[in-house]
Order: sequence, then C-alpha cells, then structure tokens
Amino acid sequence: MLPYITRRVLASIPVLVVLASLTFFLLRLVPGDPATLIAGHEATPEEYQFVKENLGLDKPVHMQLWTWVSNMAQGNFGKSLRSGLPVFDLIKGRLEPTLSLTVTTQLLAMLIAIPLGVIAAWKANTIIDRLIMLFCAIAFSVPVFWLGYIFIWLFGLWAFGRDEAILPVATFVPIGEDPWEFLRHMILPVVSLGLLVLAGIARMTRASVLEVLKEDYIRTARAKGLGERIVLIRHALRNASLPIITIIGLGLAGLLSGAVVTENVYAIPGLGRMAAEAISTRDYPIIQGLIILIGAAYVYINLIIDIAYAFLDPRIRY
Amino acid sequence: MFKQTTSNTFIEAFRESPLGFIIGIIDYLISIIKNPKILLRNIKQQPTMASGIIIIVLMIIISLFSPILMTYDPNDVEMDDRFQPPGEKSEETGRTYWFGSDAFGRDIYSRTIDGGKVSLFIGFAVASLSVLLGAIFGSIAGYFRMIDSVLMRVMDGIMAIPSLLLAIALMMLLQPGVWTVITAIVIVDTPRMTRVARASVLSLREQVYIEAAKAVGAGYVRIIGRHIIPNLIAPLIIMGTFVAAGAMLTEAYLSFLGAGVPPSTQATWGNVMAEGRGFIHKAMWVIFYPGLFLAIAVTSINLMGDGLRDMLDPKLRRRL
Repeated sequence: MLPYITRRVLASIPVLVVLASLTFFLLRLVPGDPATLIAGHEATPEEYQFVKENLGLDKPVHMQLWTWVSNMAQGNFGKSLRSGLPVFDLIKGRLEPTLSLTVTTQLLAMLIAIPLGVIAAWKANTIIDRLIMLFCAIAFSVPVFWLGYIFIWLFGLWAFGRDEAILPVATFVPIGEDPWEFLRHMILPVVSLGLLVLAGIARMTRASVLEVLKEDYIRTARAKGLGERIVLIRHALRNASLPIITIIGLGLAGLLSGAVVTENVYAIPGLGRMAAEAISTRDYPIIQGLIILIGAAYVYINLIIDIAYAFLDPRIRY
Repeated sequence: MFKQTTSNTFIEAFRESPLGFIIGIIDYLISIIKNPKILLRNIKQQPTMASGIIIIVLMIIISLFSPILMTYDPNDVEMDDRFQPPGEKSEETGRTYWFGSDAFGRDIYSRTIDGGKVSLFIGFAVASLSVLLGAIFGSIAGYFRMIDSVLMRVMDGIMAIPSLLLAIALMMLLQPGVWTVITAIVIVDTPRMTRVARASVLSLREQVYIEAAKAVGAGYVRIIGRHIIPNLIAPLIIMGTFVAAGAMLTEAYLSFLGAGVPPSTQATWGNVMAEGRGFIHKAMWVIFYPGLFLAIAVTSINLMGDGLRDMLDPKLRRRL
C-alpha cells in the first residue's frame, strides 16, 4: 500500500509542473511585451514598472520560470495587480463560501443521485427508467446560470404572486454565524448547481449498477431468496461503487466551473466571484493563482480517491 | 439470436467505415421514403434519440433560414422601445416583439434566432476541430510510445485545470470574437478527445490487420491515416456530440463572465443572456428565451449522443 501511495504522489509532481509551466507560458506566448499586455496600453510608467518587477520580466526566461516555480512551492503566488495584496491571502479569504457551496452541493447530489441511479438500473428500460434518464439528460444540459436566474425570478422577484421573496436570492451567511440563515441562503444556489452534478452521478450509477446486475452472483443472491433491497444495495451497489466514485472525483472540475458561475448569479463572495472580478479588472496574477490552486486541488482529490479504492474494495491490491 | 432491427444496416455500415456510414445513411433515407413506417418504428425504438435528432435538425433549419425568419434586424437599436414585454404592440413605434425587447430596444426574438446560428456553429466547429485534433494526437500518443508519456503528461496538466477557468484565461489573452471562443474551447476539449482516441488506438494497434499492413511495408503515415483513424471515427463521433453540447454551454458561460463574443458585434445565446442579467427584475424575457433555446438545443444533442452511444458502442458507456 505504502509504495503505491508514494508512487502515485510522485507521479502527480510532473502533472503539477506541467500545470505551473502552462500557466507560466500562457502569458508569455502572446506576441508583444507581457508587461504592456497586463498593465494595459494606458498604464502610467509606475504601473508598468510595478508589473515588470512583480513578474520579474527583466530577467531571462529560464530564471523567470525558476523563480515562478520556487515561489509557488513556498506558497508565494505573487501580488494582485489592483490591490497589491498577496494572491494567496486573497484566495484564502474567499475560500469558505466556495467550500460551503461545493461540499453541500456534492453531498446533496450524491444523496439523491445514487438511489435514483439504482432505481433506474433496477427498472431498466421501463417508463420509470426512461423518465429518470430524461430528467438527467435535461438537468445535464440546462445552463447553470440560466436556471439560477429563473429561480431568482420564481422565488425572489415574482415569488408566485406574493409580496415578499420566498427565499433569499443573494449573498452568503457563514454556517458558524447562523446555521438556519446559512441553509436558507444555500437552497437556491445548491439546487441550481446540484442538478448538473446529480445528473452526472445518476447516469454513472445506472450504467455501473446495470453492468453488475448481469453478473452471476446477483442471480445467485436472488436464487437463495435474498430480498431485492439487499441484492440491490449490498450486492449490486457495493460492487458498482468504483466507477461511481471515479465520476464523483472527475465531476469535481465541473462542479468548480459551475460554482464560478453560480457564485456570480447569487452574489456569493467566493472564489468564483473573485475570478469574475479578476477578469473584468484584468488581474492576471489572481487568475493564475486560482488556476494553479484549483488544478492542484483537483489532482490531489483524484489521487485520494484512487487510494480510497483500495480501502473500499479489498480485492484491489497495489 | 440478435434482435433484428431495420436500422441495423446503418449501424453495421457505421462500424465498417466512414464512407460506408454515409452510404448507410443514404440507404436508410431511401428506405424511409419507400416505406415511411420504418421511421415510425425507429422512433418507437429510440424515442429520446429520435426527438433529439428532430429538434436539432429543426434548429439547424431555423438557423439556415434565419434571414427570412427574423422579424427585425437583430442589432437594430430602438431606444423608444426599451424593455417591451413579449407580444405587446409598442405605442411608440408600433412594433411587436414576440419575445420582448432588451435594454437597447433590440428584438429578442430576432436576436435569439440570429444568436442560435452562431451558438450552433460554435458547437459544431469545436466538436469537429477537437475530434480531428484528438484523433491526430491520440494516434500519435497511442502509436509512438516515446512521445506518449510526454504528450499525455501535457494533456493531464491541461485537464487538471477546470475547463471554464482555462477558457477564461485563454480568452483574456485573445481578441474576443467567435473564432477565439472556438479556439479557446478547442484547446480545453482536445485533451479529453486525445484520451479517448489514445485508448482506442492502444487496442487497435494490436490487431492483426495492422501487423499485416506493416508486413507489406506500409509506413506510419499510411497505417495511421488508412487503418487507425478510420476505426476511431465511431467513438470520436459519439464523444463529439457531447463536446458540441458542452461547447455551446461553455460559450454561454464565457459570455456570462464577460469573456465571450462581444454582444455589440454579434448576438449569441450566451451574450444575449449575459446582457439581460442586470435587468432580471424588469425584463426576465431577455434571459429566458435564449436560455430556453440553448437548454433545448443542448438537451437534444445530448440525447442524440446517448442514443448513438447505446447503438454503436455499448462498451463506451463505462468510459464516459
């Protein structure tokens, strides 16, 4: 087990190096002077100088790359071009709302999607299965922010003809401050983002359980008189869990992209809102920092999932 | 025994070769014209896929005839008619906006029709380009083991970046426009295509006919071009439908975050919605109608992809 974990952790390093280099070269691939590009053509000489020093553009490229990578290894992601504050601290300050949103969404989606997928597989090719899958196809295809605005209109503005909003449609309340208000504020963002995640997991659960239901041991389990519920949950779902967990890990990138959009719809002050603000002010160091941190988180969460396989499934030995 | 269906010839043709696929489609169309009941039977067999195809074909037809179908110039600003509700005749200018008008008095119906043309084109262009690039990179990675590890690590690195953030970063560096949006999304989607293509190539290269081609002295270019890529078509077309659907959504997200096609030059479903979001309290139709069209289009393409996947390659279900 330990050698496997070590090997996987080491194997993730090249991916991170590629990730960091990609982000590094992203700005430098563009023809022209990156400092001018970043500072803008109307920048004052002081601003231009600040950008140039911030990025170390006066040094040769290999030195720049080295400084860039070694700075990042120490958690130094440069400074915001607009506020001058360290990018790392800015990101840390915005982490909580995004984590609350994504974790709640993921948990809720799993809670609904897995039973839904199992039922669809169990009732495969019946009208129930068709309806669940059609629902998933639609949920998978509806633009997250469109759904968000429809919800805002339905529950906040029109509110089914009532005078006041049924649910709060903006801002974020930390869970430590007021758990009840936290939940009320989370309902709409979680539902509009969660449908997408739910659809992905439910489809994978159905496909995976369907495969397992063809196995001989399922027939044996039924033949020896076990109840459908036990066959489905203990025998089918358990053996079908690996692909489901994989899709949950892979879906994380989609979840984060969705969170970027959702936060902007519901004015949640998280990383997504930060990204949109950074785009409109052309604050490149923040964008770079976000890409690297989220990318690294994605790589490591999938690594943890891979390792979790071995614990979940005793047949897997690395 | 296998259950015989009328569309089997078409599936078989698809499995054989791309040329056979086209002949298969023509064959199928002729059989429908001869006996329309076949179409009905096939719709009954795959109802969701059939409805997906019908809707998306309808949308393509609407896009092709958009100049005739639009009631007003989509970029025509009419400041007297700001936020006209759908279907009401304006007292100022006497114009009727089927889907209402936006903050500049532009007709949302015409903008939806005109924008759909571009959104569908973006989906189609991204899918074809990333299928092509994915097939090329995937064949190279699957065939030349030396390049494989380097190329795939680069692809892993790209895939580790959440697609939307990468597309945003790319758009920040490019001049905003239809083709740069396409370029950005193609860069984001190609690694995933490469992965699927590579996996197929790895199993293909062990096939006997590849060995036979090598034995008669075929070069790499000939083996990849004549024997590998044609066999990748089926899985890549299925992936391509999902990529097309995803690309249309990504276009909308980019516009929404202010990094898409500029709304002043060309309407897209995404940027019409993006412009409407500040006015949701007084004109929800600006965001509602283009979003509805986008949702329907993406759903149809996904249903089509699901159906194709189930028909052509049941094994792929596990990999998607």
